[in-house]
Amino acid sequence: MSTAVHSAQELRELVWQWRQDFPLLQRTVYGKPIVYLDNAATTQKPTAVVAALQHYYTECTSNVHRGVYYLSEQATQLYEEARRTVQRFLGAAEAAEIVFVRGTTEAINLVAHCLGRTRIRPGSEILLTHMEHHSNIVPWQLVAEQTGARLRVLPITPDGELELDAYPELLTERTAVVAVVHVSNSLGTINPVAELIRMAHERGIPVLVDGAQAVAHMPVDVQQLDCDFYAFSGHKIYGPTGIGVLYAKRRWLEEFPPYQGGGDMIRHVTFERTLYNDVPYKFEAGTPNIAGAIGLKAALEYIQQCGLERIAAHEHKLLHYATERLQELPGVRLIGTAQSKAAIISFVIEGIHPHDVGTVLDREGIAIRVGHHCTQPVMEFFGVPATSRVSFGLYNTFEEVDRFVEALWKVIRLFGVGGNG
Amino acid sequence: MDELQELYQQIVLEHYRNPRNYGELPEATHRAEGYNPLCGDRLEVMLRVREGYIEDIRFRGSGCAISQASASVMTTLVRGKSVAEAQELFERFHELVTGTGTVDLEQLGALAAFAGVREFPARVKCATLAWHTLRAALQQRQELVTTE
Repeated sequence: MSTAVHSAQELRELVWQWRQDFPLLQRTVYGKPIVYLDNAATTQKPTAVVAALQHYYTECTSNVHRGVYYLSEQATQLYEEARRTVQRFLGAAEAAEIVFVRGTTEAINLVAHCLGRTRIRPGSEILLTHMEHHSNIVPWQLVAEQTGARLRVLPITPDGELELDAYPELLTERTAVVAVVHVSNSLGTINPVAELIRMAHERGIPVLVDGAQAVAHMPVDVQQLDCDFYAFSGHKIYGPTGIGVLYAKRRWLEEFPPYQGGGDMIRHVTFERTLYNDVPYKFEAGTPNIAGAIGLKAALEYIQQCGLERIAAHEHKLLHYATERLQELPGVRLIGTAQSKAAIISFVIEGIHPHDVGTVLDREGIAIRVGHHCTQPVMEFFGVPATSRVSFGLYNTFEEVDRFVEALWKVIRLFGVGGNG
Repeated sequence: MDELQELYQQIVLEHYRNPRNYGELPEATHRAEGYNPLCGDRLEVMLRVREGYIEDIRFRGSGCAISQASASVMTTLVRGKSVAEAQELFERFHELVTGTGTVDLEQLGALAAFAGVREFPARVKCATLAWHTLRAALQQRQELVTTE
């Protein structure tokens, strides 16, 4: 990393510039400037993304892959350019390996469904980890029920890291697939996915990586990782909701049966039989989220312009600063203390329920997430019903961390630590 | 008083720190479990009902200040009341925290401490969880009650 670009002063100035691109950050709630610290749930949108959506809707609205007229060709071109932008963003070998879906959840469901029809059999094992989001548990449970397979779970340590020693023996001749989260949404842990993939591949086992919390915070190269599948959502990377990406190696897309049937995914239809379209169109039945894909392209271009390494460097500083400042507070316990973490901090305060923390912070204009974060097995592991979670984005500042910590002092003054006897 | 202080009144915090009637109720005739999927909180309400009157009531579980204090206050208010009176109290309480109907705060006693909840729509479910669970227990419904 070049130190010139990452000097603290330069990063600070950059962040204040970036902030100007996000109109929402100018608004107030309850008369206070908003501090948005729930970026793991969804991110704010830069004007470039909103402008791209508006451009499509006001200038190019038409369907893709259908019309012989000018507008439709333009829309098709924009939509396919978006696919190539995603391809380059992920370092995929070809654009045909990028399937547009609704989000990470649909991407995982697609893979689970298709593997369920091709590779998962009675007695097969599906290997997950204890820190998966519900969206990387439930689709596999559904498939396991349908096929007679069973789930196996790689345990985690009290620091919130994967129990890597247990991994080799969980990879057996029955293992049909490994599905693992790249960055944990509730713990912030960055998992060593390249290593997990390498070991699975030695035994011929495909690996799906849930990248929902990774792509906005670190450079990702799917060919370097050598993953079979990689999934992420547009709205967590400064893009629109309702658009997401499944990257899959071509061989899988060729081998898989269609996920949904409909228009655009066919070559020829009779009542007797249907010839399917080529990949990736075979997996994009019906009119896709054209505007969403175009908006996602704008979002990816935006963060590449900011520079993912600079974003990562800035968020890393925020993570360290906030982690240190949180420890000034009495009764705070961090949930997730892995060596390698993205800018997500889960914590509990002794005797004060996260819900109450969230309400007090809200009135200070500070948006954080409280709850189980769709990772109930993680909550159970740490013996808490819920946590408070702050998650940073490229536009967050050290001053916002200070306001967050001040607001927590207010919570502690209101409730007293250890208040619930 | 600002809205936060209105929400977290002393009486609410006091019941949160020192919940009344907390724990297992031996010889319970009715019981139900309540669940708030939003925050993962669980609450169990146990009752001993004889001849239409709530002889004893206890609750247990974990949750936020609002849900715990609401459960605690509820147990103190419905003990000794008839089942019909308890139902009636629930109606009043529901109107109070959702801001529907006109409620006479004077008549509500300790329940009036929850008047501030109506300014926090996201917290209404916390305040009503115990009451929904009480009603389910009285109706002898076996399934898990959720706030959804």
